[in-house]
Amino acid sequence: MILIARRFLLLIVAFSIMLPFIAAALIPLIYRRFKNIHLGWFVLVVPTVLFSFLASYIPRIADGKTFVKTYEWIPTFGINITTYLDGLSMIFSLLITGVGSLVILYSIFYLSTKESLHHFYCYLLLFMGAMLGVVLSDNLMVLYVFWELTSVSSFLLIAFWHHRKASRAGARKAMIITVSGGVAMLAGFLMLYVASGTFSIREIIANLEVVQASTLFVPAMLLVLLGAFTKSAQFPFHIWLPDAMEAPTPVSAYLHSATMVKAGIYLVARTTPIFGAHEVWFWTVSGVGILTLFWGSFNAVRQYDLKALLAYSTISQLGLIMSLFGLGSIALHLGYSTDSVIYTQATFAALFHLINHSTFKGALFMMVGIVDHEVGTRDIRRLGGLMALMPFTFTIAVIGSFSMAGLPPFNGFLSKEMFFAATVNIMQLNIFSLDSFGIIFPIVAWIASVFTFIYCAIIVMRTFFGKLQPDRLEKPPHEAPIGMLISPYILISLVVGIFIFPNVLGHYILQPAMASIYPMFPSSEELTPHIAAWHGYINTELWMTFGVIVFGTLLYLSLKKWRPMYQLFPQKYTFNAMYERIIGFGEGYSGRVTNRYMNGNVSYYFIYIYVFFIVVLAGYAVYADVLSWDPSKDSAIESYELVLAFVMVFAAGAILVAKQRITVVLLNGVLGYSVAFFFVVFRAPDLALTQLVVESVTTALFLLAFKFLPKIQPEKVSNTVKITKAMISIAVGATVTLIGLAVMNYDKFEPISAYFEDAYNLAGGKNIVNTILGDFRAFDTMLEVVVLFIAGLGVYTLIKLKAKKGDADVESK
Amino acid sequence: MESLMIILVGILVAIATYLILSRSVFRVIVGTAILSHAVHLLLLTVGGLKKGDVPIIGQADDPFTDALPQALILTAIVISFAVTAFLLVLAYRMYLTNGTDDFSELGGKSDE
Repeated sequence: MILIARRFLLLIVAFSIMLPFIAAALIPLIYRRFKNIHLGWFVLVVPTVLFSFLASYIPRIADGKTFVKTYEWIPTFGINITTYLDGLSMIFSLLITGVGSLVILYSIFYLSTKESLHHFYCYLLLFMGAMLGVVLSDNLMVLYVFWELTSVSSFLLIAFWHHRKASRAGARKAMIITVSGGVAMLAGFLMLYVASGTFSIREIIANLEVVQASTLFVPAMLLVLLGAFTKSAQFPFHIWLPDAMEAPTPVSAYLHSATMVKAGIYLVARTTPIFGAHEVWFWTVSGVGILTLFWGSFNAVRQYDLKALLAYSTISQLGLIMSLFGLGSIALHLGYSTDSVIYTQATFAALFHLINHSTFKGALFMMVGIVDHEVGTRDIRRLGGLMALMPFTFTIAVIGSFSMAGLPPFNGFLSKEMFFAATVNIMQLNIFSLDSFGIIFPIVAWIASVFTFIYCAIIVMRTFFGKLQPDRLEKPPHEAPIGMLISPYILISLVVGIFIFPNVLGHYILQPAMASIYPMFPSSEELTPHIAAWHGYINTELWMTFGVIVFGTLLYLSLKKWRPMYQLFPQKYTFNAMYERIIGFGEGYSGRVTNRYMNGNVSYYFIYIYVFFIVVLAGYAVYADVLSWDPSKDSAIESYELVLAFVMVFAAGAILVAKQRITVVLLNGVLGYSVAFFFVVFRAPDLALTQLVVESVTTALFLLAFKFLPKIQPEKVSNTVKITKAMISIAVGATVTLIGLAVMNYDKFEPISAYFEDAYNLAGGKNIVNTILGDFRAFDTMLEVVVLFIAGLGVYTLIKLKAKKGDADVESK
Repeated sequence: MESLMIILVGILVAIATYLILSRSVFRVIVGTAILSHAVHLLLLTVGGLKKGDVPIIGQADDPFTDALPQALILTAIVISFAVTAFLLVLAYRMYLTNGTDDFSELGGKSDE
């Protein structure tokens, strides 16, 4: 019985990846059938079902169980679809399905049925499936496939209103940045495979010594981090996130605050056991994280658009989580001891804040969506005084913002306190030169928190307090429909709920995740600190929070005075401008290069071909030292042969300087007949005959062409061009000569011609050349006849068929 | 003799190359014709010259000169004739359509 139950559970994990894809495929059918019902109601079933399935695993996962199931995909390359459900993937899959359900519920009221809903929900389900695939995959290659699928579906969702230029630009930017990071990550994964011999993350962690000893260890780490940083909008790759705000608000709430941007965080958390003990990892992850934290919060303050403000705040909060993972990795370096357990608290705080951020940021995005929906603008310069008109929305904004600012009694307060504690703890270590640089962490964290406080105040104060400006709003303001408020209210009740019962979350959700990040640590109980809002005494962290509130309030009140400071940065030095320049330079430069060498003149292309011919053949011959000349084996030269050779050289030379076309044609005839004479001299009667006939016909053809072709003009080109052409020609001739001479001097195999000399017995013919053409190698002859036939057909077509009037312009239309 | 022939081939190739690099379609076609002469001679030469008699049984005694290169050249002559004929007609047609036989004036269409 237990076995069957367990097998069933394993199936469900794989099923949860598949279900969104199946549902996405069914959407067009449902859409056509039920035109009157909002499509979102059908879609809502998917994440809700998955959420309840996954939630039923929580007790088993909390007991330390994990669920692994492998389906073969490309077993010869070790690429199998292995689903792996442990504490860490549990957190993320609950977030994806939970926030997913709420967002879909919200979108039912947000998007009207006039929008192309079937596209919207199809992309959204694709994204959900891809995201579940990322967090539930154990195989690196499968993870990569789903990773890119999230990039693609995010691209589609950002450009949902594709008639807008800004949407398309934002989607393209997000695509370019996340996919280039994804490709770097793929390279990192391949390096891990080379180092470890397996794509399975669990197996890599099991053979950690081999991987860590490899020279590819640090490059693989940096490449994987590049993928994580681009996806999670870390400095300086954060620039795509504010532009992705062109997406519909439910998308921003789901992808760009709660799920996709956390894929990078997930990757960092998942690979921490592999890379975490290394100094480079510690400094890169925590350094980039803390920098992003500061830069995001600093820039959020200057925004006027509420969504852009929330985008920068997301960047900043992601930086906070990232830096906490970096700080927590130091425990892996120190190894297990009762003292080092304290440093794992940073990781715990990271996971805790990850959940908290999803709750309050999701609520805040939905709040902004409501304001936008009911008032018609998101610009804080036009908003104000909405508190009395939209009291329910106001409540969401206050709770979400206070939690984000880290104030009690909301969950953000707890995670912020733990963050401060982690930065203070790390300061006292004397490894990784932390004794000199460790002080940076609490200082930057504190400054960033002050800025966070300021922009949270801006959200609440500028939107809901102050004077109402009805003439600057597009619609008369009124409260949102109840359906739209359900989702954000569930989220803010979680914000408060987690503050009151943080240890429930700690025990059931975070503790198993800690075990996945620190598999070498014996007891996960010990890794789970007891979270308390009030420790009973005033500690450093609490003093820091007091400071944040005091300074934040002062700075907010004097915002008008120091706001011009932002204008000090020249626009052209921003990262956005840099990105535009790089893209512009790439397009412009490649265009210029192509136009320069692909100039449409066939003579130039001939020059490239000839120069390449000379460089490769002559260059190789000289390099390999294969040139040689040994005239001793040559047959004797008769005087008439010498004369013939001179005739040919003179005739050919005269063609170059001939002024009349008739001279050129006759000189070419001289060449042809001389060749025929050589054939006679060299004992080739059939060749001589053919050559004479063909040359006569060719000359006749040339003469015929005269009637129609213009007179040849002397080449109107400069001497430089002439000299260049002459040099290339001489080099080509010399190359042919030198290689020909060297070839003559080579030891060769016996020719196979002795076989053909038995032609009379084998083929019944006495003319050996003709038996070869007609019997031994008749296939060549047949195709040669076909060539002649096709050429004749071509000649006929070119002469006879004429384009009808107007047909010539068809191409240019 | 072989060395002399190869040097001759080299000279012909150089002259053909110079003609092919010119702007007039007519010169280019003459260039290709000269290039095929050069190639035919080269084929014959690397097969060995005057090593035997005409490859017709009964007309002469062994040894024969190598018959295989001769068969190959015969095929090549016919094919290059076909190509030259086609090129000439193509040049005629091109001149008829575009009114010029200068390659540098054939810049392609503006929408390409």
